[in-house]
Formats: sequence, C-alpha cells, structure tokens
Amino acid sequence: MSEAKPLLQIKGLKMHFPIYKGAFVRREVARVKAVDGLTFDVLEGETLGLVGESGCGKSTTGRAILQLYTPTEGEVIFRGEDLCKLDKATLHSRRKDLQMIFQDPYASLNPRMTVGDIIGEPLKVHKMATGNALLSRVQELMEIVGLDPRFVRRYPHEFSGGQRQRIGIARALTCNPKFIVCDEPISALDVSIQAQIMNLLEDLQREFGLTYLFIAHDLAAVRHISDRIAVMYLGNMVELATGEAMYDRPTHPYTRALISAVPIPDPEIEATRERIVLEGDVPSPLNPPSGCVFHTRCPFAWDRCKKECPQLKESEPGHFVACHLLDEPGREGALPPVDGNTTKQAVSASVDEE
Amino acid sequence: MIVNLFKGRTRAFGPLARLGAVVTLGVILVALLAPYIAPYDLNFVDITRQLEPPSSTHWLGTDENGGDVFTHMLHGARVAVLVGLSTVGICSTVGIILGSISGYFGGWVDEIIMRVTEILMAFPGILLAILLIFITQEPSLLAVIGALSVSGWAGYARLVRGQILSERERDYVEAGKAMGYPSRRILFVHILPNIMAPVIVQATFGVAGAILAEASLSFLGLGPQDTSSWGSLLDQGASYFLLTPYLAIFPGIAIMLTVLGINFLGDGLRDMLDTRRSIEAEH
Repeated sequence: MSEAKPLLQIKGLKMHFPIYKGAFVRREVARVKAVDGLTFDVLEGETLGLVGESGCGKSTTGRAILQLYTPTEGEVIFRGEDLCKLDKATLHSRRKDLQMIFQDPYASLNPRMTVGDIIGEPLKVHKMATGNALLSRVQELMEIVGLDPRFVRRYPHEFSGGQRQRIGIARALTCNPKFIVCDEPISALDVSIQAQIMNLLEDLQREFGLTYLFIAHDLAAVRHISDRIAVMYLGNMVELATGEAMYDRPTHPYTRALISAVPIPDPEIEATRERIVLEGDVPSPLNPPSGCVFHTRCPFAWDRCKKECPQLKESEPGHFVACHLLDEPGREGALPPVDGNTTKQAVSASVDEE
Repeated sequence: MIVNLFKGRTRAFGPLARLGAVVTLGVILVALLAPYIAPYDLNFVDITRQLEPPSSTHWLGTDENGGDVFTHMLHGARVAVLVGLSTVGICSTVGIILGSISGYFGGWVDEIIMRVTEILMAFPGILLAILLIFITQEPSLLAVIGALSVSGWAGYARLVRGQILSERERDYVEAGKAMGYPSRRILFVHILPNIMAPVIVQATFGVAGAILAEASLSFLGLGPQDTSSWGSLLDQGASYFLLTPYLAIFPGIAIMLTVLGINFLGDGLRDMLDTRRSIEAEH
C-alpha cells in the first residue's frame, strides 16, 4: 500500500458557495464553507472511503474534484496536471478519466433515453466509436455490469433500482476511466441489493484497475470496501487512516464518537459497548466555529481548540489526525501513542512542560 | 425526440379531450379544404339577395352584399388556423431559444432577457398589437401574426427558463457534465426533451389565444382586409344585429367552439404529458 504512488493529489481544496442579496447591485452577504481546506492523496488502485454526517461536505468534495463545481481555492492534481487550471477543451477530454456514480439511480438517468443511448453516449461524444462498434461496446458493458444485453432498447423506468444503478455504473465505465467518485452509490438501494452492487464495484476495481473515492455515511459499508478511510466534519478532514487503524485506534474525538455508534453484532459485547454521545448539533457551515470546528461539541476541548485550527499530523505511520490532543498526551481524552517515534516526541513535550 | 416524448405515456385521454381533439382536427381540415368544399367562390355576390336568412341555397344566409356567409365562414377558418399556428410557432421557437439561454447559462444574459419579458408581460398584448398595426399602417395577415408574436414569446421564455432551472439540477444533467458533454448537447439532447410537456400544453392554449386575439383585431378592423376572418364577419354582422342576428351569431359560435375545443385538447394533453405525475407514479 505504502509504495503505491498517488493518482490524485488534493491540496488545500476549498469550496465556498457565496450567497448574494440585493435586487440591482448583487453583493455577497455570506459564504457557505462546504469544503474548507482539504489536503489528501488518493493512491493508485485504492479505495478511499470518505465518511461524515449529512452536510459535512463529502459530496461537494467529490464534485469539486471532478470539476463539476469550480473550486474556490486549491489544487486537484491528476497525473501531474492541475485540473483546476486546465482550459475548457482539455478538461473536456480529461473528463473521460474521471467519472462518477450517483446516489439516486432514478434521477441520474435521463428518463427519455434508452439504456443503449445512455451507456453509449460518451463514446459518441468523445468520438470513440460509432455504429456497430458502439452497439457491441454497449452490450459488452451491459454484460460486464450484469445486465441482459437484450434490454439495450429499453427505457430506465422499466428497470428496478438495483438494475438502474448498474446502468449508471456501465455509463461510468464506458470511457475506461482511471478514477471514479462513488457518491453514496448504495444508500438509495434495498439492503439486499446493496451487497450485490458493492461486490460488483469490487470486481470491477480488480478487473479494470480502478481507483475509487467512496463517499458514504454507512460506516460498515465503507469499512468493507475501503483500503483507507477519511473522516470529514464540517468541511474539514479530521482523520485519515487505513480501515484497520481507524476501527482499532480511532484517535480524533469525533471519529471515536462515530465508531462507538456502530452496533456490534455480538449481543454480549454489544451490551458492554460504550457509546460516546455528542452534545448539540453540527454548527452551520455559514458560520463555522473558530479554531477547531469540532470544539463546540468536543468533550475534551480546551482554550487552545477555540483559537487554533489543528493541522493533520501523523499519530502513527499513515495515520493522520487533526487534533490538538495529539500534542498534549497528558490531557484528559488523549490516547496513549502507539508508535515509538511519537512516544519520544510526547515525552520530550511533557518534559518541556515541567 | 417527438416519438420519445410520448414514450411510456399512455394515460387515458378523457372524453372532453377527445371532443376537443375532434373539433380541432375538424377546424384544421376545413381550413385546408375551404376552397374545395365551399359552395360558392369567396368573391361571389348576388346583390339581389342581400341579408337573406339561412336557406337551402345559402345555408347560413347572405351578408349585406349578397355574399354566401357559409363560404366566408369556411374561409375564416383558414385565417384562424394560419394565425393560430404561425403565431404559436414563432412565439414558442423564440421563447424556447431565449428561455433556454436564460435558464441554462444565467448571468447578465438571463437578467436582460427576463427584464424584457417582464416589460412585455406588463403590457396588455392586444393593446401592443393594435399599436404595432397602427404604426405599420398595414392591417394584413402578416402584420397580425407579427404583432401577436412580438409580445407572445415572453410567456414561453419564462416557462422554459423556469423548467430548465429545476431540470438542470438533476443528477442526469450532472452526469452529462461529468462525461464531458458540451453544453449544447446537454441542453438540447438532455434537458429540452424533458421539459417539452408543459411547453406543448402552453402552445395548445396559445393557439386558442391567438385565434381569439386575431378575431378581436379583425373585429376592430385591424385584421387582414383581403379575406374573411371570423372576427371581421362578427364585426359586419354586429351592424345588422337587430335585423339579422345570425350574421353575428354564427362567427361567434365558430370562434367559441374552436377556442373551447382547443382548450379541452390542451387540458387533455396536460394530463397525459405531465411527466412528474405519470413517469414518477410508476416508481
């Protein structure tokens, strides 16, 4: 994992939506800070799970990476090129490599086009195939995602939710992309169908060497499919680690609360499960709290958290956490460091204090 | 695209809508065939038989010059259909194009187009038409169509803009952008076919409105002078209303039935084409 080179580098990504007021002279009165400074890499061939509660900016992040929104600030480097700086024509041709699978399998397909037209359209637009070659590619794709190729002339409303999601996946695969943003691809589906779609996504990843950014709010699903997991809160990334480290040693207080909320299938352990219940609601992204955005709900917050915004720091190799507790292991709520390296730092820090 | 529009939508077409469709088709047929089915020539006059009541030789009687009213009525259908269809054709085309630009691209173009439509819609359309015909000093068929089109497109533009504003936020449009489809394609291939239903319904009512407006203009003497229109027949008939009331009543009935029929058809189309109700009801 660690040797894999990054396919996508996101640096200081900010996505602010201005709110205008005034009938004649429009002036900006406020900004919704949907995504406020994200920096992370997506490694080639991995699945990076992006979790967080509704409105924390995970979908916005996915869309900003694909340049469906023009990011306010920051860089999205894909194979050495900053997508935000490309001109329109170049960006259009790069779009083949970066695709998206949508949450709602009903809204994401044009109701007036046949399945064949929906899946084949990218080939037509990018002039990659016409006529019979196009039809056979469409039928091949339909077979890959587990749809009967004979249904090529049917309309989306003739299919079930799971089948429609397969159509959406086939469309995303049409141009042989490298990277796919899966924006909650299973949360609108029946539980029985969810597993099928997850397995399909995993099979496709293996077969075509795809890289996924898997956005979800279902921790169990994310854990199942992801190599690494990133946790977002109010437009910021609070923790990034491998799935295993995230579940065994959740470090950020927010992540700990999230993971403590996942039920355990064993009733005996479940009875002893300690739930951390967060107080209050998520603050408005219109006016996020100063310093650490989580300090209003954090059970361990102190003065520093209100003033200073924590940066992502390595708590152990490959495990990044944005929390001031990392610097002050003696405090209430701080977890014992796992790695020798950080232990030394912690010791020296506490010696300094004395 | 048009075939696609009706795909999967086989809602019952109610009895009133059927009646409307029959009336509308009948009027169109009469308009097409008027010169062949009319019992007399349009210019025929028999000055010995002026203002006669309906009889076997003149089914709807004769006018003040001795012309056959039935013949004039049939030719009047031509004017009604021509004005109705071409006005709506021009208005909806202009409205769809400007409304699409306005709704899809937004920004200052949107501001300008919308302010213009607001000005046009704040002004009574028929008054504007009278003014325009008065300025051009030429009350012809073309002038009537032109004058009605000048203000008529605004409604279509606003309708299309509103539809596009809601449609462009849908995921399949976003998917198109993610695929790198050009804006032109997203607009014309994806969005427009999905918002055509209300436009078709509005166009149907628009035909009725244009026929009524043409009749009003003709009644005021501002319609085409070289041919018979229902409005001008009504105008002439009104002068003899006490003597021969049927001269005004027959064109009035023709206007009323045609407009009513088209409105019934429009109502039926709205029920049938309403995508939000019929497509999503299946889910």
